[in-house]
Amino acid sequence: MSQKTMIKAITDALDEELAHDDQVLIFGEDIGKNGGVFRATEGLQAKYGEQRVFDTPLAESGIIGLSTGLALKGFRPVPEIQFFGFVFEAMDEIAGQLSRIRFRLGGTRKMPITIRAPFGGGVHTPELHADSLEGLIAQVPGLRVVVPSNPYDAKGLLISAIRSDDPVFFLEHMKLYRSIKQEVPEQAYTVPLDQAAVAKEGSDLTLISYGYMVQECLKASEQLAKEGIKAEVVDLRTISPLDETTILASIKKTSRVVIVQEAQKQAGVAAQVASLIAEKGILYLSAPIGQVAAPNTPYPFSDAEADWLPNEKQIVAKAKEILTY
Amino acid sequence: MSQKMIDFSTLTQQADEFKTVKVLDPDGKLLQKDFDDILPDEELQELFHQMIWSRTLDDRSTKLNRQGRLGFYAPTAGEEASQIASNFAMKKTDFLLPAYRDVPQLVLHGLPLYKAFLWSIGHVEGNKYPQDFSALPPQIIIGAQYVQTAGVALGIKLKGENQVAFTYTGDGGTSQGDFYEGINFAGAFKAPAIFVVQNNGFAISVPRSKQTAAKTLAQKAVAAGIPGIQVDGMDALAVYETMKEAREYVTASNGPVLIETLTYRYGPHTLSGDDPKRYRTKESGEPWHHKDPLIRMRKYLTAKGLWSQAQEDQWVAAAKAEINEAIDQVEKMPKQKISEYLKNTFVDLPNSLQQAAAEYEEKEAH
Ligand SMILES: Cc1ncc(C[n+]2csc(CCOP(=O)(O)OP(=O)(O)O)c2C)c(N)n1
Ligand SMILES: [Mg+2]
Repeated sequence: MSQKTMIKAITDALDEELAHDDQVLIFGEDIGKNGGVFRATEGLQAKYGEQRVFDTPLAESGIIGLSTGLALKGFRPVPEIQFFGFVFEAMDEIAGQLSRIRFRLGGTRKMPITIRAPFGGGVHTPELHADSLEGLIAQVPGLRVVVPSNPYDAKGLLISAIRSDDPVFFLEHMKLYRSIKQEVPEQAYTVPLDQAAVAKEGSDLTLISYGYMVQECLKASEQLAKEGIKAEVVDLRTISPLDETTILASIKKTSRVVIVQEAQKQAGVAAQVASLIAEKGILYLSAPIGQVAAPNTPYPFSDAEADWLPNEKQIVAKAKEILTY
Repeated sequence: MSQKMIDFSTLTQQADEFKTVKVLDPDGKLLQKDFDDILPDEELQELFHQMIWSRTLDDRSTKLNRQGRLGFYAPTAGEEASQIASNFAMKKTDFLLPAYRDVPQLVLHGLPLYKAFLWSIGHVEGNKYPQDFSALPPQIIIGAQYVQTAGVALGIKLKGENQVAFTYTGDGGTSQGDFYEGINFAGAFKAPAIFVVQNNGFAISVPRSKQTAAKTLAQKAVAAGIPGIQVDGMDALAVYETMKEAREYVTASNGPVLIETLTYRYGPHTLSGDDPKRYRTKESGEPWHHKDPLIRMRKYLTAKGLWSQAQEDQWVAAAKAEINEAIDQVEKMPKQKISEYLKNTFVDLPNSLQQAAAEYEEKEAH
């Protein structure tokens, strides 16, 4: 085992799967010789050849449609959308086509496709590079949506995603790519696609989040700990499906909850979690459900992102509000 | 049938013959004598002045980015003939829909430089355009501007205005569905649009040869039923004359035109971590440097007695002063407010957003 960044863990997972299954194909914009704009596919074309790791013409709808076609021919495509914000270009091919193929053909076909895309705020990108659009994707039936918060999970979840016979949207927060290192096993391993993790145990309240915001929740929990407050942090890991069991077990234990997401508050994943808790866990609660999310505007111009993005401070404040309710 | 009816292997030839418009050779000599009257002397100098300004802006923008005083930047050096000379043929009343690399055209079209810089660092003030400024901020989503151009052009036609909509994308951009939809819509509506494809040979790392089996990008116009033409994009006079004639054709209610400029970007794709060494050799770029649009124009102007070092130095100094002033203005700009963002989301602001804006205003006051 060695200390690895999330980007390295992702490259390793792709490498493992190319070696593990010769039907795995990786393609997208600039992923070949260039190794991807974040170097996630660094060295893979040289190692596995241009037949299996290749650049496509510049068209996101084309990339996803190509994946569907290749899956129909028995391949296991792992396409990349260079930035998640470009997903709108491919929306029909994702939400209108690929995710419905199995359903349309009466359960007789499978779509073992893993779409990878970097996203997330705080790295000063131009428009439509940072947006958290996972809520839109999570609304699509027939598609799993995975958002790792750390290098270990990233590798295990990506391997599970690629091995899954169902389509998976795999979202990689750019701020996590190189900011933290963690012990990551050299060999292949899987992390289930329907299980949240308790990232930190606590008994006073539960902070629920996913992706980069898990890191902000962990920081917030340290702040709270200084005041003797024991916060539990639940990392959803997969936002579609949601792991109801882990969420409800934690609420039952702590009786207070703050849900945190980087996306705008309207119609988001946090709202979905809140709805689940309201439906199945309301009697465990001794305070209203708290939420920390971004304002209901499009993602800000980058110079203002620090004022727009949810952060540790807001989480701490909301946690205290819920605790003293 | 014993003999085949169709020889598929020859069918693409119908569209493969595309003329490349050229005016100057790499030594700045006219390829045909009668090209001498493309522009009057003063305008020739002004065109060159703008190209020098653009190269200076590129150089300074790169440095400012490295110093952390500017944000997102897509280098333009090498593409001055394609960018500046195409814009030079257009009028201020024409509607410009640029892509991220087309900041020089936008500024020459009328956007104050400090606003272009604010766009770069990500500040909403950079995108507040006066109502009578006919342009959109640079498009980030590749291809989107092409479909919108068809709409602006149809609007111009419906209003009976004597204008055109003009837009830019790159070689990579021609692979997007939006590209085809844009030129096809404009063609179907006979709308006054000029679609420029700046073919600089690469879409980030992906070479032009991997984008399409088509021999030229100009020939994509054929299927849309509109004229397409290729032009030497390192030759300012060829680009200018092509754009000017296209504008005349388009404003005469003939429908849109597609122009492919053959050019090259000397620098990285953007300054956000691109390393050209990963996908192209220095040597492969050398022939393009020999065709440099500035050197060529300088030689041409020198032969005509229209160039002096002192004049060029003065232009460079003036450009630097303008840039310094603009960056000072940027650095004095007040911080953006989330309350304003909230208010900018709708004309009729829903109650919940009014409330949220008021809460932010409260916080921002402290
Ligand atoms: C819809 C969309 N897909 C991908 C990108 C990422 N991207 C930005 S520039 C670029 C290459 C564009 O190449 P080209 O069209 O040739 O223009 P150039 O940058 O060379 O001027 C890519 C893939 C994007 N901005 N928008
Ligand atoms: Mg290009």
